[in-house]
Amino acid sequence: MISGLTTDDKEMSGCAISGIMSEVGRPFSGESIIRSIANMHDRSNGLGGGFAAYGIYPDRAEDYALHVMCDHEDGLKAAEAVIADRCVIRHTEPIPTRPMRAIRRRPILSRCFVRMREEELERNYDRTEDDLVVSLVMDVNTHVEGAFVFSSGKNMGVFKGVGYPEDIGRFFRLEEYQGYIWTAHGRFPTNTTGWWGGAHPFGLLDWAVVHNGEISSYGINRRYLANFGYHCTLRTDTEVIAYMFDLLVRVHRLPLRAACTAMAPPFWSQAERLSEDERELVRALRVVYGGALLNGPFSILVGHSGGMVALNDRIKLRPLVAARRGDMLYLASEEAAVREVCRDPERLWNVRGGTPVIGELRGQAKADATPTVLSGGGQEV
Amino acid sequence: MNEKDRKDGFQPRQWLVEPDFVVERDPEKCIQCQVCVRQCANDVHRYDEDDETVSSDSSPCVGCHRCASLCPTGAISIKRSELDFRPHGNWTAAALRNVYKQAETGGILLAGMGNDQGLPVYWDRLLLNASQVTNPSIDPLREPMETLTHLGRKPDRLRLLERDGGVALATRIEPQLELQVPVMFSAMSYGSISYHASMALARAASEAGTYANTGEGGLHRDIRPFGDNMIVQVASGRFGVDSEYLNSAAAVEIKIGQGAKPGIGGHLPGEKVDGAVSETRMIPEGTDALSPAPHHDIYSIEDLRQLIYSIKEATLYEKPVSVKIAAVHNVAAIASGCVRAGADIVAIDGCRGGTGAAPTMIRNNVGIPIEFALAAVDSRLREEGIRNQASVIAAGGFRCSADVVKAIALGADAVYLGTVALVAMGCHMCQKCYTGKCNWGIATQDPYLTRRLNPDMATRRLVNLLRAWKLEIKEMMGGMGINAIESLRGNREHLRGVGLTDRELRILDVKAAGE
Ligand code: SF4
Ligand code: SF4
Repeated sequence: MISGLTTDDKEMSGCAISGIMSEVGRPFSGESIIRSIANMHDRSNGLGGGFAAYGIYPDRAEDYALHVMCDHEDGLKAAEAVIADRCVIRHTEPIPTRPMRAIRRRPILSRCFVRMREEELERNYDRTEDDLVVSLVMDVNTHVEGAFVFSSGKNMGVFKGVGYPEDIGRFFRLEEYQGYIWTAHGRFPTNTTGWWGGAHPFGLLDWAVVHNGEISSYGINRRYLANFGYHCTLRTDTEVIAYMFDLLVRVHRLPLRAACTAMAPPFWSQAERLSEDERELVRALRVVYGGALLNGPFSILVGHSGGMVALNDRIKLRPLVAARRGDMLYLASEEAAVREVCRDPERLWNVRGGTPVIGELRGQAKADATPTVLSGGGQEV
Repeated sequence: MNEKDRKDGFQPRQWLVEPDFVVERDPEKCIQCQVCVRQCANDVHRYDEDDETVSSDSSPCVGCHRCASLCPTGAISIKRSELDFRPHGNWTAAALRNVYKQAETGGILLAGMGNDQGLPVYWDRLLLNASQVTNPSIDPLREPMETLTHLGRKPDRLRLLERDGGVALATRIEPQLELQVPVMFSAMSYGSISYHASMALARAASEAGTYANTGEGGLHRDIRPFGDNMIVQVASGRFGVDSEYLNSAAAVEIKIGQGAKPGIGGHLPGEKVDGAVSETRMIPEGTDALSPAPHHDIYSIEDLRQLIYSIKEATLYEKPVSVKIAAVHNVAAIASGCVRAGADIVAIDGCRGGTGAAPTMIRNNVGIPIEFALAAVDSRLREEGIRNQASVIAAGGFRCSADVVKAIALGADAVYLGTVALVAMGCHMCQKCYTGKCNWGIATQDPYLTRRLNPDMATRRLVNLLRAWKLEIKEMMGGMGINAIESLRGNREHLRGVGLTDRELRILDVKAAGE
């Protein structure tokens, strides 16, 4: 918990988002994502920028990489004590940064690579290691004065702070990392505390969410999640989206596409035109997951170790463009941000409202498959 | 009795009880047509054949405006009695009159309709949100705006099975009621209201794609064809309940209590039990239909569970079972018990809910407002992680579509409309439903009066009301930037309180305006 920095008001912000993925898992440096997001400089106002990168810690791929930001040394010590209590800490180091004129007041940034202790796992035999890591993160973030865990996945990391995204990227020396998925966010908050933890992406386990928009269903989404033990402490839309993916996909084991259908379902009138099986499925998802429906204008990019998902609200009130070339999938708020790093895409299209674009690591067992109508699509531009 | 009185045929007034209203007739306008004489079932107006004049005795007037509405020349006006008592903060006119009445009759004071004591209406202290700049509002005339609502038990999660390139549902979803608009007609029994009024409610529900509740009066044979849009009630009197009754409707509701009279049963006076009512209720003609205060087979939550499952067995688990409770102090815990006992729907009736007849003291003093009850129930079910297991219906004094939107934002899945549906059919809130002399032909079985309610017109008026509210609900949702009702449900972020204490805000779990 960073005192005085978690706000009581729902945060609203406009933004730029971008994502690049190699579907064969070929690593590439953070250079291109920095250039892509920098291209949309005017969509953010210097009050927040961040990145998520997958595949960047291959030597420690089995450990949870906890990125921690702290107001002061005591916060760091206290957080490490809580972590050490439940985890075996295999390695700790400061997160490497470079001095940047544009980045002022910065917290202490540290990362530790951990595994849950055997005794912890035995004592909590009814919960998975992932569940225990979620609890650990929530405990540090709500109870430890001056410390905040902002990344907790394996072989991935979130890097974020207050500043323009391209400056944040250079500050964290991201061009020196190699990853197979990169997402980025430039923020235009309407109310801000200038807090580093408030920037996107929002990370939980290996989920990292960047998002442009405002969720008008926030009030019920938050209460719906509370039903399942998620407590939204940051009061940001992004936090709600991350928990929702975690609940639907990891906990409830819905295929990704079905989870996206639950969050941005077809209108009833559209469902009428589906085959009977598909209609039944849409109805079931809407009836059971009404509290998970995300309303209001949004475009979302969600990274996870198996791929990247893009989703627009049902009536597409926020921009989102997708493109493909070879094994590469590009997603961004603006076409220019794609062309900046991929001059000649083989295909480039406007993502259709409520229709996810899913990038999947190839060769991996297909985690999801759904009837054709629930699968990707969109109009060529 | 003096000469004059005898000549006019007037009865001496009830001892000490002055009239509530003064009926004034403008002699300039009155054309002695006697419409008022025929219209007033309370015998206020009289025609003197010798004098060929119409005159009035105000004392039995209940202020229902029937005569004034139908007078072709607008000669009649109805005013509150000017006969003021010397003002007294404690001894109001109403308090005094009640004592006079009881001293005279030795009986329980009766009242119709809901609590008239001017309790705060908290809907008026809650304000809705709208989008500006950061979030576009949505225009319901140009974009889809969804109000479809499903009532019934939902599983916590769905299981999907992968099957040759697609997925199949592995979870069976329990039966659901499907509402085109998140309002239904509340329980109003045939017997307390007329055949025409019952019929109009059933027809309007079916036309508008929602449901009407039979109340505890059974289901008239002629209304059975509308069964797909009916909820049948099982109350403590078990009037009209048999297996055919249970199976002829879309859902079954166990009535434990009613907002207007928590803790007591119903009373339909024998005068209202004519041939058809007797047949539908399965009781002898002319007998009082007294439903006991408790169900005598439900003395605890386990017993409720047995009744719920008996009904489920009898209806082959094909229909949701609702439990209706009055909003009383412990309503959250009680609702939670009902859900755990197997209720698929919990209907909560607040203390402003209407009734055909209730003891005045109970109507005016028992129960709590629906706003607090609903907020407490929704929060409690969520805290216990069982909110998915049952839908919540709010009831009790809903007046307009904004009340409905606020209730849904507070946590209701749907709202029951009672009084307002009667008003749409013509009720003028005279609150004398228990007399059986409803001049508007609604709360009566007197064939001379029931003829006044044309079922086609009443149906049309009800359908119009639902249509208008649906349009208004969509406008308000669109303003908030929400295009599916499920995103409004329980979304208290879209409510702000004005003029509420900290504690009230806390219970409602709503922020103050400006926060
Ligand atoms: S009771 Fe109704 S109809 Fe009769 S005089 Fe009064 S207002 Fe007119
Ligand atoms: S239903 Fe009839 S008797 Fe009852 S309040 Fe309305 S007008 Fe009066």
